[in-house]
Amino acid sequence: MTVATQPEIRPAKQGTARPAEVKIALIGNPNSGKTSLFNQLTGLNQKVGNFPGVTVDKKSGYSQLTPSIRAEIIDLPGSYSLYPKSMDERVITDLLYDTRARHFPDLVVVTADASNLKRNLLLFTQLADLQIPVVLALNMVDVAEQEGVKIDVEALQRELGVPVIPMNARRGSGMAALKIVVTQQLNATEKSFFTVPADLQPLLESIKTRFGLSNDYLALQYAHLYRSLKFLQEEDVAWLSEQLEKAGFKSNARQAEETIARYTRINELLLDAVRVEKADKDEKFSNRLDQILTHKVFGYLIFFGILFLIFQAIFAWASYPMDLIDASIAALNTLIQENFEGPLINLLTEGVIAGLGGVLIFIPQIAILFAFIAILEETGYMARVTFMMDKVMRKFGLNGKSVVPLISGVACAVPAVMSARTIENWKDRMITIFVTPLMSCSARIPVYTVLIALVVPETYYFGFMNLQGLVLMGLYLIGFVAAILSALLLKVILKARERSYFIMEFPTYKMPRWKNVGLTIVEKVKAFVFEAGKVIVAVSIILWVLASYGPGDSFERAEQQALAEARAEGLTEEQTENRIASHQLESSYAGVIGHVIEPVIKPLGYDWKIGIALLTSFAAREVFVGTMSTIYSIGEEENVTTIKEKLMSEKDANGDPFFTPARSFSLMIFYLFAMQCVSTLAIVRRETKSWTWPAAQLLYMSGLAYVMAFITYQLFR
Amino acid sequence: MQHKAEEHRKTRSVRDMEIGEQGVISSLEDPEMGLKLLEMGCIPGTEVKLNSRAPLGDPITIIVNNYTLSLRLDEAETILLKQ
Repeated sequence: MTVATQPEIRPAKQGTARPAEVKIALIGNPNSGKTSLFNQLTGLNQKVGNFPGVTVDKKSGYSQLTPSIRAEIIDLPGSYSLYPKSMDERVITDLLYDTRARHFPDLVVVTADASNLKRNLLLFTQLADLQIPVVLALNMVDVAEQEGVKIDVEALQRELGVPVIPMNARRGSGMAALKIVVTQQLNATEKSFFTVPADLQPLLESIKTRFGLSNDYLALQYAHLYRSLKFLQEEDVAWLSEQLEKAGFKSNARQAEETIARYTRINELLLDAVRVEKADKDEKFSNRLDQILTHKVFGYLIFFGILFLIFQAIFAWASYPMDLIDASIAALNTLIQENFEGPLINLLTEGVIAGLGGVLIFIPQIAILFAFIAILEETGYMARVTFMMDKVMRKFGLNGKSVVPLISGVACAVPAVMSARTIENWKDRMITIFVTPLMSCSARIPVYTVLIALVVPETYYFGFMNLQGLVLMGLYLIGFVAAILSALLLKVILKARERSYFIMEFPTYKMPRWKNVGLTIVEKVKAFVFEAGKVIVAVSIILWVLASYGPGDSFERAEQQALAEARAEGLTEEQTENRIASHQLESSYAGVIGHVIEPVIKPLGYDWKIGIALLTSFAAREVFVGTMSTIYSIGEEENVTTIKEKLMSEKDANGDPFFTPARSFSLMIFYLFAMQCVSTLAIVRRETKSWTWPAAQLLYMSGLAYVMAFITYQLFR
Repeated sequence: MQHKAEEHRKTRSVRDMEIGEQGVISSLEDPEMGLKLLEMGCIPGTEVKLNSRAPLGDPITIIVNNYTLSLRLDEAETILLKQ
């Protein structure tokens, strides 16, 4: 592979240096190495934001190209052409057709997979015809060469009229050349790859005049896409619609014509630049691997084996770092409480640090889970999962692509709901979004973990199958079954708006890029700590206040009553203290709320303390643990026992352990079904652009939770 | 019998191919889905080979333009082959 190709880029066009900060958009086919290139360029300098007014995430980062030039790199969704087929891809047209937009890039880097150049160049030629300055990052040149595809970079550069940088983004080779090239003052190519049909000229001229455009192809894009271009005014849309009607413009036929013309042109220009030497090319490695991995029997066995491995990993393996974090937080609290005193110290230890502990403790699980998901995607295996599951999923009104959101939903419904955006079909997508929160997310893990540890013995079968792990897996299965049955229900109720596709590239198997896996983990953990974490800490503090103060003089009265009881019963000093604390908690604001809802949740086996936890969990499920620990730690002599010990020592009115299997399982089932996540509701609102969906989800899931928890409690009692 | 005769008269599509069989695309039946297929390189005149079927028979993968494309049988049915 040759990398040092580019010393002589358009010598005539130099002169002024680029401004100190440039905007570069990355665009390319899915699987063309765009993400790797983005990660190579930006490293940890990444942030996820929003495109103004759109729901799609804007992933951007900074790259120091030279000591004096910094670039903002914008990662655009993978796409095969400029005609968007999904909501994701609309971001591209919104960004590139509105030349006045704040994010309009100075330069576009198109990534193209060298071993699949023909299809990858389609998007390139469209961009080139828009006369946007473009650089072609010719990725995986070495892989193509091994497969017998030889690319003459010089010839390709001549044919395309833009700089072509051969590279391997996975390894980082070619990066230096790319960085140098993008700092040059580049102009758009003078080549044209598609001539707009003559009979459309009058129409395009009037569009150009109205919108002040100079480019024929851009005018044609307006004609094709005016309905989805966000920056057009209502009257512009009406005007375009009228003009197109008058001209008898047939968008579908014209697009087909254009695509065929472009492929013909690409075939011509590749004649000289690409030589395919298929010398004894035996069956591709990927195909042989597929014979096992998508096999009728082994395919599913391996898939379920991997799922099982993931469950064991997030349950068993993660427990070591979690215990460490737990112990550290406890030690810190003890240290502070032994050395300082006062109400502010209580706020710090029982409110803030306890809340922070509740956030930090889940990092190992989230990291492990996203490591698995990232590896499955990186290797190309996720596409096989989709392939194997599509027929089954379709029966339930889902889509093979729904597997990704559903599996991601096991980690967190928020990114999972967002990942449903790759599903082009509206109905499939809505169903996927609706049922994804039923998958047990990582926020439920702490609830499950605490409750399982309370009532399920730590027994091992065959030396490695942990009974607690099996129960956890069972809970996940129930969530999955609930999700697909709900999908089935929706399939009948919802009416389709458009048809469903499954046309996608089947990527070849690749070794995972560990840098990408690492960056995914960092991104997800960051999102959890900063997004969910804020809510958790805030709720912990609010709770501490609610539990530490009561209306009027109720606290004093509670103390008096407790003291009176203590005298009558002859309690020790310690028992008296506990009695006071317990009475005070009951008369606090939190206790008041808990008591109010107690009659409603009594049939499920819950008391007012759990009532408080249920209520606060509507902010986020993991708050359950924080709430329980806050509620039980207040009023206890020993503040820093672990959550598990606190719950185990809880007694009911008869002095028996409160957390019986019936109560614990009922709680687990409640948390499994209930929609207790403000973030998910917010994201669903954002993704569906209506309040109907989140409201329906809230009602449906909470109703289901109540009924199922009721059944569970009555069964186990 | 009648059913079989009917199928013979009808043009073959990618759906009817055997694994490993090669053919040449003659046209795309469905204009809307055709756009997506065209973008993916299923241009009339291109060679296509049925590569594999999912364990449950649907979807399938085909090889077109030297890469693997997966699609459902309903979609494959719209890619007609030259006789």
